[in-house]
Amino acid sequence: MIRASIIGGSGYTGGELLRLLLAHPEIEIAQVTSRQKLGEYVYQTHPNLRKQTSLKFSSPEELQPTDLLFLALPHGQAQHHIERYAETAKYIIDLSADFRLRSPELYEEWYGEPHAAPEWLSKFVYGLPELHRAELRTAKYVSGVGCNATASNLALLPLIEAGPLDTDKPVIVELKVGSSEGGASANPGSHHPERSSVVRTYAPYGHRHTAEVIQEMGLQNVSLTMTSVDLVRGALATVHGYVKDGVAIKDLWKAYRNAAAGNPFLRVVKERRGIYRVPEPKILAGSNYADLGFDLDPATGHVISMCAIDNLMKGASGSAVQSMNLMMGFEETLGLEFMGLHPI
Amino acid sequence: MSTTTCPECMAEIELETGTELNEIIVCPDCGVDLEVISLNPPEVELAPMEEEDWGE
Repeated sequence: MIRASIIGGSGYTGGELLRLLLAHPEIEIAQVTSRQKLGEYVYQTHPNLRKQTSLKFSSPEELQPTDLLFLALPHGQAQHHIERYAETAKYIIDLSADFRLRSPELYEEWYGEPHAAPEWLSKFVYGLPELHRAELRTAKYVSGVGCNATASNLALLPLIEAGPLDTDKPVIVELKVGSSEGGASANPGSHHPERSSVVRTYAPYGHRHTAEVIQEMGLQNVSLTMTSVDLVRGALATVHGYVKDGVAIKDLWKAYRNAAAGNPFLRVVKERRGIYRVPEPKILAGSNYADLGFDLDPATGHVISMCAIDNLMKGASGSAVQSMNLMMGFEETLGLEFMGLHPI
Repeated sequence: MSTTTCPECMAEIELETGTELNEIIVCPDCGVDLEVISLNPPEVELAPMEEEDWGE
């Protein structure tokens, strides 16, 4: 058994990590820290874990040496303590944005301040197995992924990997996202009368996750538009771009089929019958699947690519556990087999 | 069984023994309806399907 501890376990990604790791056959959870909830039972914050664990939140100052550390802290904190964490555990998976970008310049451009530990950026592997499976198998330090970046990157993956996308033309990604992306802390915009029934474009451009799409897809001319919708869990990315001359729908089928064949959590959803003909986040709640769909206007070459995920799973804790499985030499899908609910 | 290709998505489709001419089958990959227009050689073409439009 691998002993794992979670630093900052009172948030939504920490709770989702606990849900996954408590059921994982190869993991034993040693400690879960939280300053805010110190001494309280974990299930009092994450009620779905009632009768699953008697763990209490401990102080980060009382952190004991362990095999693996998950860092589920607010962005900007892990980079200030990474040396100490590395002395505590051989393996680290940081779910925050602190170590996702390889370039200190790119980090400063998108996060507005210099990185506190730039020498550590190159030690981390970006934790999306669909992009970095081989590197993750030998990694000691893994970053988390941005939920919106993940939906965007996976929607783009078949178009980039197989090469049908004309990358000289602008790529626009429209994202519809649920409220849990905002984390467990309330703000005026999350107040129920203000958030309920919302369709609010809160970041027309310039969202920080754009940096991860630039880095991972190698695109320079890409923009993300973020719209919050009336979901708790879920993100849907819709990519608009143009294919190269001569690319037909059959070429796209081949590209998407190959992407799904090589990745256990990617599925192609392009149906001609039934209700769920295109990817929808609704049926992915709690699952680690990413559903991909596409279409092509043959008259103009306009390609539309979609990716639906659960932002807390494939967009955060699910990908982290999938990366952990690869790091530790476990079966990639171990502990992530939940297939979602229908109806929901 | 004999094998042909879906004209929509290029998936390989196996025609089961006993498949009849003009029978409607479903592509296992893209879910499109296909009409069997030849058994030897095996050949299928797209069959009309109801389109969805919620935009009215």
